[in-house]
Amino acid sequence: MARVGGELKLLGLWASPFVTRAKLALQIKGLSYEYVEEDLGNKSELLLSSNPVHKAVPVLIHNGKPVCESSVIVQYIDDAFAGSGPSLLPADPYQRAVACFWAAYLEDKMLTPWGRVFKVKTDEEKAEAMRQTIAAVDVLEDGLKECSGGQGPFFGGDSVGYVDILLGGMVSWVKASEPLSGSKLIDAEKTPLLAAWMERFCELDAAKAVLQDVDRVVEYAKLVMTKNAARASNNN
Amino acid sequence: MAAAAGVELRLLGEWLSPYCIRVKQALAVKGVAGYEYVEEDLEHKSELLLSSNPVHGKVPVLIHRGAPVCESLVIVQYVDEAWAGPAILPSDPYERSRARFWAAYIDDKFFPSWEPFFKSKTAEDRAETFKNAIPAVETLEKALTECSSSEGKPFFGGDSIGYVDVALGGYLAWIKAVDEVAGTSLFDEAKFPRLAAWAERFAAADAVRDASPAVEDIVVFYKKMQAAETGAEH
Repeated sequence: MARVGGELKLLGLWASPFVTRAKLALQIKGLSYEYVEEDLGNKSELLLSSNPVHKAVPVLIHNGKPVCESSVIVQYIDDAFAGSGPSLLPADPYQRAVACFWAAYLEDKMLTPWGRVFKVKTDEEKAEAMRQTIAAVDVLEDGLKECSGGQGPFFGGDSVGYVDILLGGMVSWVKASEPLSGSKLIDAEKTPLLAAWMERFCELDAAKAVLQDVDRVVEYAKLVMTKNAARASNNN
Repeated sequence: MAAAAGVELRLLGEWLSPYCIRVKQALAVKGVAGYEYVEEDLEHKSELLLSSNPVHGKVPVLIHRGAPVCESLVIVQYVDEAWAGPAILPSDPYERSRARFWAAYIDDKFFPSWEPFFKSKTAEDRAETFKNAIPAVETLEKALTECSSSEGKPFFGGDSIGYVDVALGGYLAWIKAVDEVAGTSLFDEAKFPRLAAWAERFAAADAVRDASPAVEDIVVFYKKMQAAETGAEH
């Protein structure tokens, strides 16, 4: 892979879908980088000094300068390495605005309730959070139609773009959803375009190289939920 | 959407909404004039609003040659790209990433930490919630110090108003109004000198003055809002 324009280092956690987004973007752009697996129970000095505000992964360090927040990182990779690999965002400002609108929708309406599923205590709260998540997936099906403009299976049309990467980072967790909760997040019967999207996305070389093993994610998620439940009952 | 025919640029908004204020500020900074502004009644949303933003049904919505753009920061970026004029986002990729990072911080961390203070009604609540809002303000003071560098440039955008400035700027008139009613000073000059200076310079800028509601008008609204909820006059 080309080593273009300086030194790249990615601080991450293998399970994190947000880190996976950064890896996908780097892979698709054909960029080589050093990957550092962080222990979130014992954060490195580099992580703490690179992301003092959030102390979270992913952090992309380019020539010593840190970029934080997964969606910001993906856009940065597109901007800073414009000559390398495909463009992740459309050239037209209006099409770009459409893509950014759906990226915001994904974060605010789907990922926010989905994150709650892993944190809340009661089964009722979990079920409600899942309902909200699934409702958002239904709307996202329309988003896929709008973004792709019928040009291809991806939000980016016939090629992978920004929204594809943001959702793509979540794929192993999407697949883990059924073994974990009994509910399919992306159900071919309800959201056929998204189901087709997921299939095509997983066929990409970048996806094969980067996406986490689903069984590992399931085990990890169970561990996280157990820890959260224990912490919650200790706090009572 | 026949009603929109023939109008080049239209902004659907609500005068109190920080997100609408932010878009007006961005349009002014970019030098985009002559657009039609439509004040929406959020209790009785127009057909145009509902059809232009079917996903959220919210303001602001910018309609450019009949095509709607929704979500305030998406609109600000669109305005920056679709019109010639002073740059709102920096051209350097790294500086752009810093601007995006801080705009996200303002919406995801700063505002949610301030919101409980805005909603407080008793002196006790206010004292508690005000204290809880301070850490995010400290972080923004540091951010401004970083962005403005040792040369002490006036704005997050450096010499001129930029993306982060309008991201925070949309909230500024509200911050001042609530401070006035509560007797507080969020961007206290002694504790946060750079933010205090920023607030003054930002509010005084021509583009901002014309685009922002008067603090006094928000004070009137805020007092009514608080009185209505508690059923008592303050």
